[in-house]
Amino acid sequence: MFELQPFMFWLIATLTGLCAIATVISQNIVRSATWLLFTLAGTSGIFFLLGADFVGAIQLLIYVGGTMVLVVFGVMLTAQGPFINMKTSGAEWAISIVAGILLFSVLCFGTWGHFSAPQATAMDDPKDSHQAATLAQAMTGAGYGPIYKPVQRERIHYLLPFEIVSVHLLVVLIGAAYLARAKRRKGAAT
Amino acid sequence: MNPVEQLNLYLALGALLFVCGVVCMATKRNAIGVLIGVELVLNGANINFVAFSRFHPNFQVEGMIFALFVIVMAAGEAAVALAIVLNFYNNHTTVDVDTAEELKG
Amino acid sequence: MLDWLKDIWDNYGVYIIAVLAAKVLMFGFMMGNAIFSVWLERKVAGRIQDRLGPTRVGGKFGWLQTLADGMKLLVKEDSIPAAADQFLFRVGPYIALIGSFLAFVVLPFGDGVVAREMNIGLFFMLAVMSSEVFGIILIGYGSGSKWSLFGGMREAAQMISYEIPMAMCVLVPVIVSGSMNLGYVAKSQAGIWNWLVFHDPFTFCAFWIYFTCAMASCKRAPFDLAEAESELVAGFHTEYSGFRWLVIFMAEYGSMFAVSGIACLMFLGGWSIGIPWELTQVFETTLGLGPIGFLIGNVINVAVFIAKSWFLVFIMMWVRWTLPRLRIDQVMMMCLKYLIPISCVLMAGVSVWTLFVPYVVQQIIGWVICGVSVAALGYMVFQLVTWASATPGTAMPGMWRTTGLPGYQGAAKQS
Repeated sequence: MFELQPFMFWLIATLTGLCAIATVISQNIVRSATWLLFTLAGTSGIFFLLGADFVGAIQLLIYVGGTMVLVVFGVMLTAQGPFINMKTSGAEWAISIVAGILLFSVLCFGTWGHFSAPQATAMDDPKDSHQAATLAQAMTGAGYGPIYKPVQRERIHYLLPFEIVSVHLLVVLIGAAYLARAKRRKGAAT
Repeated sequence: MNPVEQLNLYLALGALLFVCGVVCMATKRNAIGVLIGVELVLNGANINFVAFSRFHPNFQVEGMIFALFVIVMAAGEAAVALAIVLNFYNNHTTVDVDTAEELKG
Repeated sequence: MLDWLKDIWDNYGVYIIAVLAAKVLMFGFMMGNAIFSVWLERKVAGRIQDRLGPTRVGGKFGWLQTLADGMKLLVKEDSIPAAADQFLFRVGPYIALIGSFLAFVVLPFGDGVVAREMNIGLFFMLAVMSSEVFGIILIGYGSGSKWSLFGGMREAAQMISYEIPMAMCVLVPVIVSGSMNLGYVAKSQAGIWNWLVFHDPFTFCAFWIYFTCAMASCKRAPFDLAEAESELVAGFHTEYSGFRWLVIFMAEYGSMFAVSGIACLMFLGGWSIGIPWELTQVFETTLGLGPIGFLIGNVINVAVFIAKSWFLVFIMMWVRWTLPRLRIDQVMMMCLKYLIPISCVLMAGVSVWTLFVPYVVQQIIGWVICGVSVAALGYMVFQLVTWASATPGTAMPGMWRTTGLPGYQGAAKQS
């Protein structure tokens, strides 16, 4: 019996995994960033497949549109030659591949079958899912507006972490601007 | 395919991304390459969070909220890390992490 | 093997066909849109510069010119510079195209005429259109040319900055209507006085700022620093030719249509022509035509929506060929110093407005804004029509009469 959900999972997961491996083995830093872009897009595809539309769209907006552009910007600002290549010796490759395979098998053995999942929670149709509203309500602990679907359990508050994150972002904004600002050379004519 | 198998597969994918990120951090000599590895690790963790939000009723909202926090934190971390890398480049004209060995203590 | 295929066909055949049909339709629309928009751009540019634009190919108005140009581009040599990074050079245009194409997945053209209706459709559109910039950066970096690199860097800085006020301005109508579902927001604006642009002063300002930012994020003049031909040859696409160049421009015109579509759906009533009834329902139930009536209503809806969006695209062209290009520091300063604070104020203001201002006052202000805007538009159209009937002067062939126009001061004294 052919099922769509597992088929889509295998398709997206294979592509994502291959792109992640390509990120690691490519020697050129911008190519590596491009493969990372495909990995991130694949991850957002996995989120959409899991029914987490809002998180998937956030992933696309912030990671793909923001963070990756920042990373490539950093590459351009710190590049000395036209296309940078990173040299990694054969011994390092061998060690890291062995270590990676070992770590992967440990993680898989550790997780495989150890989490009982009583049932899959009902997946909303993206057409009328109230995910954004539910998340906003859980973030602020408030319910307001026409689209309002109460969370099943007691009310969940993440207001304090939410505020901390927003202050954190402000600090990051100022700090990054301070660190990266153009400095006058000492002794240079003002 | 029952939910337990599906959850296992999603966790395996998360583990794969995590391992790729760790190997990337270990092998790349370029500071921005290391940053790319960190992003991969965070994405592996995010897949786990969202998979639990789907397959574990107790984490239906928490999984997604934690994923959102991770994404926001990753954006902030990338901004600060790149600012530090730029500063480092201004002082040393390279972004090779092996040259950052002046602070000893 | 065959049983397996038959199983897939029985269970998912309709689904697969529907998906393929939607994709083919969207892709066809994107290509048709690019062909029409390029032709329109050349005609508009010609008229604004007192030329005729294309006239020959395909009969009277040169309307087949773009198709002929497309043929020429298809058979052109697809060269890759020796200094370029082959992989990035090849993959860049397609990333840009995918970003632009995905925006059409959730863009509703009519009542239910949408490939995938999503509750967070607006947010999804903004997200996928923001990934278009990465393709442009790869194009700029992978070309291995300094002009391309400059263009790519400028584009990155500009688009990342302008996304912020754009997203904040588009949140203003979301706050008013309470949904990010594009179809729902459009349907809630039946009747021209219900269009969200006329809802209150904040949405009215938000529309203009959104449109400015949309122009900047489509890298249209006066914000086309990424391809400033007076400084950077052709900017990020200097090294491109043939089919890949075509793909870059298909993506650009596609995203122009997409941002205009968002402006229509969120501010200008979507597919509404200004009457307070939904056309599909009018034809289906009021006139009693059933499903055929629904179809007729939707055909009209789609036509109205496309016409409205193309009108906004036309305004973008009008601005492009009228205003001079800004400098890159002016572009950045305008965004960071003015547009972001203004959009913050608009967002806070509209929240206060919807929560605390009495409903009657809201209604009255909305009516006033709507009336004044429609009257101003009507006056402009009237002036346009009466000016156009002025006869050419006789001093020089093709010279237009200038006496009597606003701003006219001199020449009459000489004679």
